[in-house]
Amino acid sequence: MTAHETTSPILEIESLRIALPEGSDRPLAIDGLNLTVRSGEIVCLVGESGSGKSLAAGAIMRLLPEPRVRVVAGTVRFEGQDLSTLSAKQMRSLRGSRMAMIFQEPMTALNPQKRVGWQIEEVLRIHTSLSRKERRARVLEILEQVRIPDPASAVNAYPHQISGGQRQRVMIAMALVLQPKLIIADEPTTALDVTTQLQVLKLIRELQAKFGTGVLFITHDFGVVAEIADRVAVLRQGELVEQGTVSEVLNRPRHPYTQALIAAVPGLNPPAPKSFDTAPVVMRVEGLHKTFKTRGGILAPRRNAVAAVDDVSFELRQGETLGVVGESGSGKTTVSRCVTRLLDADGGSVMLGDTDMLKATRGELRARRRDIQMVFQDPMASLNPRKRVVDLIAQGPIVHGENPEAARSRARELLALVELSPAAAERYPHEFSGGQRQRIGIARALALNPKVIVADEPVSALDVSVQAQVLKLLAELRDRLSLSLLFVTHDLRVAAQLCDRVAVMEKGRIVEIGETATVFANPGHPYTRKLLDSIPGRDWTPPLLAGTAA
Amino acid sequence: MSVLESEIGTAPPSGWSVMWTRYKRNRAAVLGLVLLVIVLAMAATAGFVEPVDPLRRAGDPLVPPFTDWATPLGTDQLGRDILAGIFHGARTSLLIGIVSTVVAISIGILVGAISGYFGGWIDDVLMRVTEAFQTIPNFVLLLALVAILGSSLQNMIIAIGIVSWTAPARLVRAEFLSLRGREFVEAARNLGVGDAAIIFREILPNALPPVIVFASVIMAISILLESALAFLGLGDPNFASWGNMIGAGKAVLRSAWYCAAIPGIAIVLTVLAFSLIGEGLNEAVNPRQKKS
Repeated sequence: MTAHETTSPILEIESLRIALPEGSDRPLAIDGLNLTVRSGEIVCLVGESGSGKSLAAGAIMRLLPEPRVRVVAGTVRFEGQDLSTLSAKQMRSLRGSRMAMIFQEPMTALNPQKRVGWQIEEVLRIHTSLSRKERRARVLEILEQVRIPDPASAVNAYPHQISGGQRQRVMIAMALVLQPKLIIADEPTTALDVTTQLQVLKLIRELQAKFGTGVLFITHDFGVVAEIADRVAVLRQGELVEQGTVSEVLNRPRHPYTQALIAAVPGLNPPAPKSFDTAPVVMRVEGLHKTFKTRGGILAPRRNAVAAVDDVSFELRQGETLGVVGESGSGKTTVSRCVTRLLDADGGSVMLGDTDMLKATRGELRARRRDIQMVFQDPMASLNPRKRVVDLIAQGPIVHGENPEAARSRARELLALVELSPAAAERYPHEFSGGQRQRIGIARALALNPKVIVADEPVSALDVSVQAQVLKLLAELRDRLSLSLLFVTHDLRVAAQLCDRVAVMEKGRIVEIGETATVFANPGHPYTRKLLDSIPGRDWTPPLLAGTAA
Repeated sequence: MSVLESEIGTAPPSGWSVMWTRYKRNRAAVLGLVLLVIVLAMAATAGFVEPVDPLRRAGDPLVPPFTDWATPLGTDQLGRDILAGIFHGARTSLLIGIVSTVVAISIGILVGAISGYFGGWIDDVLMRVTEAFQTIPNFVLLLALVAILGSSLQNMIIAIGIVSWTAPARLVRAEFLSLRGREFVEAARNLGVGDAAIIFREILPNALPPVIVFASVIMAISILLESALAFLGLGDPNFASWGNMIGAGKAVLRSAWYCAAIPGIAIVLTVLAFSLIGEGLNEAVNPRQKKS
């Protein structure tokens, strides 16, 4: 901490205010932000969605969607120079050469029509007078530094031909190629898998130390903060509530909002194992197979089939929660779609009571759907925007032949069960926040009195404080209604909170399955160990704070 | 608890009033609406202007406009009142515009929805059929159909509907393709909702806004197609229609230009009205596409 105090500030933000267009939920996106980034330090700007953290980055780069969103007060100084006095041309020469940005989604931030090497070279072409040969050499050098395997061939690849992690490395290479003084990274690892995320974070840290760059790192994830930050600033609704060194903020937060946010971060200590040996088996999955075939056209030959789920077996007992964890492409979502038969599996059996869901006829299937219901990932997309909440919840029972009036009055009771006010019944989904919509989704799943609930990443689209509430609700309902939960997630912290057992999936196979506490304490498979080692901030245990127990 | 979710806010204004506010912003669209109201009023009051028959002889032939108050817009070469023709023609044009659009949109929705929802070979077959229709120029197909069916008003409406369904079918298919993978559709399937109910109750209401916008374009095109047919002498001679009037007026275009020009202006304004309304609706439905 003291080492950074001595170096000169690169970026100084003073009482910055950004106005939102009329009719927004608040008049100012950012209200009185003070922030300093010195060379060689990483400052994390943390906030939930809607806190204005990305707009702050836009204001520094002078890339706000003006005139609707604009800076109304305050100054942004870069190396002592007030950026608002610069002309558009001077600003352009600054961007990319002395201050650079890394975006969240490398697929959309890179031009899909241009080769990777061309895009990095473009930065040099604009800002330097290097010859073609020199530029070429510099591109290869920087690709080497961001550790892209085989830089010589990566230069000629198009963005879609390389993996997500490599795309983000290319973005970092573009940002670093001119060795800027300041890098603004806006959620650069949010779209990546945990193992890749860790590598990219390490890379940023390492290169930043080597070049002495100042980094403003925008994130919502306290695990990432613990991993990378020197100093932390916490934003709530455009207001800076707390600022300090990483250990101060993470371990001794002073502001109640920071305390509540940190209390909501799931810890990595799984609950004490409960025994379900005596409970009846509700669902037994055996030898599940699913291969995705692409349909060939008349002229296009069939492409290679991909095995998404390969010989997956598990059983789920009454009242038990089984977590299915893995990275993207591991087949965990496909498993959730196959057991509910939203996708037709190629082989295996899913025994729900005495019925094999995979062999059930259309009529049987419709009847058995009562017993297995789903909670979906995206709270925006999983509720039909043109239906009232009460109709959404009552739809299932009505389809299964219940009297519509009775179904609707039961739907209103379910709203109370998921802790929503009865007034919600007559509203449409767009009037609710993400967490509230997810509660509606849970109520809909409960309306049919299912035995099993399959939850596909139900909290990954939510802010961490809302996440904690929804998880708590799920756990309560599970215990009260003795439901069995098949919980699909990529987030091991979430899995640790809720799951009695976890199944770790890699490339369509379950590589390890066992009690959560055992698997976490003593992983048997190398892949599980790798996953656990990649959890951001795994060495940091959120402090237990008095007075914030939710 | 400082980070507990806030309670549900007050109810926002209803969808219709929001749409109207956005629609109002576009002045041209409001002009289109005014024009449409005028045409509707003309169609409604046609019976007062000429209660007997707009095709009867009302005075001397080829009276120029504004010279005789019995026939304010003059008469054509058979002595028919042009004003009466315009008012009654509004009825015919609106009838054709609305009914053939309903025909075209219905076929389009059915084909597009089935094609987009089921995909696979059903999609292949339906889309090849659609393409077969699209490769034949609209108007040529229309001429052929009218030649085969005969040119009664009813047949013309059906024929216009048959040549205009392909574009809405493609539009609906595209909407269904993007909506069928949404989680709310999976949620409905998971509740045990049948295919027909998913298509018509879950997906279709969400796919409809762009189709409604497009309907106004089809209405404008339908009116133009009918006029073009009538201009070639293939219209239904038993009805007063703007196209028939232009068709008759073209013989005296050099000596009495107003016989063709007045119904021509009526067509231009009506088609303009539908196009402007379409544009206004588009902005009201998709406010983000608007250039700032």
